[in-house]
Amino acid sequence: MSHHIVEAKNLQHVYPDGTIAIKDVSFRITHGESVAIIGANGAGKSTLLQHLNGCLIATSGQIRIGDTQLSKGTLPDIRRTVGMVFQYPDDQLFMPTVFEDVAFGPLNLGLSGEEVEQRVTEALERVGAGHLRTKPPYNLSGGEKKRVAIATVLAMSPDILVMDEPTSGLDPFARRQLISLLREFQHTKIFTSHDLDMVLDLCQRTIILHEGEIMADGPTGEIFLNEELLAACRLEKPFSMQGCPICNGKTGTKKT
Amino acid sequence: MTSIHAAVIDLKRLELLAESDSAIHVIDARAKVLVTLVFIVAVVSHNRYELARLLPFFIFPAVMIALAGLPTLYLARKIALISIFVLMVGLFNPVFDRTILYQVGQWGISGGWISLFSLLIRSMLTVGAAFILVGTTGFTAVCQALERLGIPQLFAIQLLFLHRYIFVLADEAGRSSRARELRSCGKKGLGVASFGSLVGHLLLRTWQRAERIHTAMLARGFVGQFHAHRKSRFGMAEIYFLLGWSTLFILLRAFDITETLVASMAGVLP
Repeated sequence: MSHHIVEAKNLQHVYPDGTIAIKDVSFRITHGESVAIIGANGAGKSTLLQHLNGCLIATSGQIRIGDTQLSKGTLPDIRRTVGMVFQYPDDQLFMPTVFEDVAFGPLNLGLSGEEVEQRVTEALERVGAGHLRTKPPYNLSGGEKKRVAIATVLAMSPDILVMDEPTSGLDPFARRQLISLLREFQHTKIFTSHDLDMVLDLCQRTIILHEGEIMADGPTGEIFLNEELLAACRLEKPFSMQGCPICNGKTGTKKT
Repeated sequence: MTSIHAAVIDLKRLELLAESDSAIHVIDARAKVLVTLVFIVAVVSHNRYELARLLPFFIFPAVMIALAGLPTLYLARKIALISIFVLMVGLFNPVFDRTILYQVGQWGISGGWISLFSLLIRSMLTVGAAFILVGTTGFTAVCQALERLGIPQLFAIQLLFLHRYIFVLADEAGRSSRARELRSCGKKGLGVASFGSLVGHLLLRTWQRAERIHTAMLARGFVGQFHAHRKSRFGMAEIYFLLGWSTLFILLRAFDITETLVASMAGVLP
């Protein structure tokens, strides 16, 4: 038995205004896999992610985490297993200090004071934010906020990490740091992102969503070579696969 | 508008004060909540023309601020801000209540002025006590204490969320207001007309944002209970704290210590 498997079967979500956000989505992500869910704006990525820990309930279809089917009764267990890092750290950090914010999850799990202290320290060290523990979250930089947001989830020792746009809003150095950090995690990882270079770096498998449906699901390298498919889904190859515009002579720069 | 952002940061500072570890900070939140309640009732229950008897009550904020090491100026500014609203409430007292109560030389002081000052002093004391409570305890711990004192959990959580919502609302209001200001090019913009839609949008946006925050809380195992990270119990120190202050407040309320002091001073002086 493993908690690390995520399975969606014929998932469909219709918003109250009638918008069909995802339709008939099925996939199975196994232990230790690192999977990217990519797609254009409004393709249904965030909606899909929110189903994985029961923030949204599917109109039809099923979600299974390990051997447990997601339902009202299993929600607390599933929310501990699936750690969700939201796109905007400001939505995730709401306590007066970084320490209290990271302690929020472990305290909700009913851990004792000492254990909470230990978990918080470990999680903050893990993301290299130990020195921030007494600071108020709103005074941190974007990169620091992101790392603390990840620590808040790590402190709950999840088996599966789900992250919505992990690199958005980060400067190149902070982005690189975050990618190295994520690479170290042994968890099953699921990302949504527009940062396709990060996807190429971190994810062996990619799922393309287009207008709420899965258009492709396979090895990242293969998917990024299929230019027709990418164009049909309003996507492009990652920059690192596009070649250098200057060397290729595609720009108007001329040496005289 | 930067002033809204500045106000939020200022308010958050109050929460941060609760992180300290002074003798007052470590006292169980329930004792502090109860003492603050007794203090407020004792202060508010004086009659509307009372001035002199209120003054000895300043000993509570003075001692608490000194022992807890709270920044006096910061608290004074916060209280002054609230006093403006109190002033607006009592503004017409001197107009309507012109009965002369005291005569100082040729000047008669009317009941209206006395009641206005009494109102101001009472608001300073009670608002100050509330700020001191939050500044030495933290809002989450205050809500938790209320719940442990028997207030239904639903109300305690409502209060906690209301407090959180203030920050969300102020944050979004700051952004909207800045965007409006920048596009109105230093003029009045579209005036009152644009405020209707601005406020409408504000409500919808804060609602959405509050929902996202709530989702993030749920994702981290929030099930309607909150936990203060400072674990404390109601021990002897709390009993002394509670009994000591409550007795003082009741005595101050029951006996006119100012008058006794003045009388004894008059007896001593030739």
